[in-house]
Amino acid sequence: MKKKQKPEIDIDYVSKLANIPLSGKEKAVFEEQLKDVLNYISKLNGIDTDSIEPIGHITNLQNVLREDKPAPSLSQDDALKNAPKTYNGFFEVDAIFEEQ
Amino acid sequence: MTDFSNLTIHEASKLIQSKTLKALELTEACIGRAKKLNQQLNSFITICEEEAINRAKKVDKLIANGQKMNPLAGIPIGIKDLFSTKDIRTTAGSKLLENYVPVYDATSVYSLNNANVCIVGKTNLDAWAHGSSGENSDFGPTRNPHDLSRVPGGSSSGSAVSVSSGSSLAAMGTDTGGSIRLPASFCNVVGLKPTYGRVSRYGVIAMASSLDCIGHITKTVYDNALVLNVTAGEDGFDSTCTAQKPDDYTKGIEKSVKGLKIGIPKEYFENFDWKIKNLILEAVKKLEKLGAKIEDISLPHTEYGVATYYIIQPSEVSSNLARYDGIRFGKTREQFGSEAKRRIILGTYTLSSGYYDAYYLKAMKVRRLIRNDFVDVFKKVDVIICPVSPTLPFKLGEKVSDPLQMYLADIFTVTASLTGVPSLAVPCGFIGDLPVGMQIIGPDFSEKLLYQVGYAYEQETNWYKKTPKI
Repeated sequence: MKKKQKPEIDIDYVSKLANIPLSGKEKAVFEEQLKDVLNYISKLNGIDTDSIEPIGHITNLQNVLREDKPAPSLSQDDALKNAPKTYNGFFEVDAIFEEQ
Repeated sequence: MTDFSNLTIHEASKLIQSKTLKALELTEACIGRAKKLNQQLNSFITICEEEAINRAKKVDKLIANGQKMNPLAGIPIGIKDLFSTKDIRTTAGSKLLENYVPVYDATSVYSLNNANVCIVGKTNLDAWAHGSSGENSDFGPTRNPHDLSRVPGGSSSGSAVSVSSGSSLAAMGTDTGGSIRLPASFCNVVGLKPTYGRVSRYGVIAMASSLDCIGHITKTVYDNALVLNVTAGEDGFDSTCTAQKPDDYTKGIEKSVKGLKIGIPKEYFENFDWKIKNLILEAVKKLEKLGAKIEDISLPHTEYGVATYYIIQPSEVSSNLARYDGIRFGKTREQFGSEAKRRIILGTYTLSSGYYDAYYLKAMKVRRLIRNDFVDVFKKVDVIICPVSPTLPFKLGEKVSDPLQMYLADIFTVTASLTGVPSLAVPCGFIGDLPVGMQIIGPDFSEKLLYQVGYAYEQETNWYKKTPKI
C-alpha cells in the first residue's frame, strides 16, 4: 500500500537505514534543508506519467555478458592492502551476532 | 627559461616528436608551475613528480630511438582524484579515503598510460564529486585563476584549474550533472561530457551509475578530440560501455558547418543574466555567418530537469556509497562530510519502502519524457546550442549554506546528463574578466560532429588565448 506523500523525513529512521550516525545539530539542519529539496522535487507530481515506460539503460544496451571464463584477478595481498584490520589473510570485522 | 604554460597538446606534441622540445623539459615546467600555484589555487591534492619525470624520460628515450608515439606521449596531464591510480593515493576529495592507495588503474588511466602521458598529479574536487563549486573538498576549496575570490565550478574543479592555469595540458574529469562542463565554462577551457557509455568508467569511484560519464578538459577543441581518441572504446570491465566503435575524432575536424542546422531551445534562454544570454547568441550568429542554419526549437520538459536529477542522483549516490564500510578500505562512515551525508539521507529516503514509486520510479519516467524531447528535436536539427551556467562564477562562500541554490547551478547541464547525449562546453567570451561558456549538444555518439562545430567556432574567436593573469 502506498503511504501518503508529504515532504517530511523521519530523520532518525532514515539515518539508521543508511547506517549514517548524525549529531543532533546535523539532524536539525538536514531536516530543514531536505524539506526544501523535497518540496522542490514534488513539482514532478503534476506530470502525467501513467503510460510512460521508465528509463533503463539510457542508450538501450541490453544483456551485456562476457564469456564465463576465469581470468587473472587481484592477489590476496593486494585485496587486503587497504584494509584497516586483517587477520591471517582475511578481513577482520566486528562480531555481529553478539548479544547487546 | 621558455614559458610553456600556453602550449596546446597539438603544438607540444609536434615539438616533442620532432625532438625540438624534450618531454622532460615540458613536464618539469608543468610540475614546477603546479607546485608554485598550488598554494593559491589548490588545484592538486597530490603532485606525482617522480612518476611524471620518469615517464617523460622514457618518452624522450623512445623518441630518440625513432619510436612512433601517440600524440599524447610526454604530455603532462592531471587526473581528477576520483580515478583509481595504481600505487598513487586516491582520495575522492574525502578524508574517508585519505590513505587509500588503489591496487589497480581505472581503464581510462590505463589507456592514457599506454599512450605514455605524464601524470602531473591528482586534481582536487568536491568530495565524491558532490558539488557545483569546488568548495566541498575535505582538502580545501579550489580557486578560480581568473579571479581568486571566485569559485572555479565543480565538481572537476582542480582539473579545470590545472588546465586553465597552465599546470597541465589536459585533465580527466567526471560529469554526472555538469561536473566537467560547469568548471570548464567558469575557467575558459573546453570540457566534454561524452555520450553515456562512450568511455569506460571502470575504476572511477562511482557517484550515480545511470548518469556518470568520464570526460576531460583541455585548452582547445582539437586537443579535446586527441584525448577522446585515447579514452573512447569498449571495455570488458564496464558492461555499460558500448561496443560501438569510436570515431577518429580529429580526422575531418576542420569540416565546415555550412548547411548544418543548429537548434536554439527557447526554454534555455528565459530569465537569466542577459549579458550571458547575449554572448551566447553572438556565438550563434558567428556560426550562422559560417553557413549554419539557426532554428528556434522547444524542449518542453526542461523545467523538470533539476527535480528529476535531484531524485535519481542522490538515490544512486546512497546506493554507491553504501560500499564504504571501513572494512575493506577507507575509514568509517562518520567520516563522510555534510554534503555526502545529506545526499545519502535524501537518497535512502527516496528509495525506502513505500516511497520508491513516488520518487525514483516517477523520476525515471519523467527522464523518459525529457529524453523524448531531445530525440524529437534531433529529427529536425543537427545540434543544440545553449548556456552552461545561468550565472558567472560566483564568490566563494556565496551558496554553501543553501544546498538548493547550489543544486540550481546545474539547471542547464543536468538535461544532457539525464538524456545521455554528449555535450561539449566551449568558451564563448568574457564579461569583465570572467569567462562564459556555451554547450554544443548532439544526439547519442555525435562527439565528432560536436568537435567540428566547436572547432569552427574556436578558429573564429580563439578565446582560449586569453589566459588568467597569475
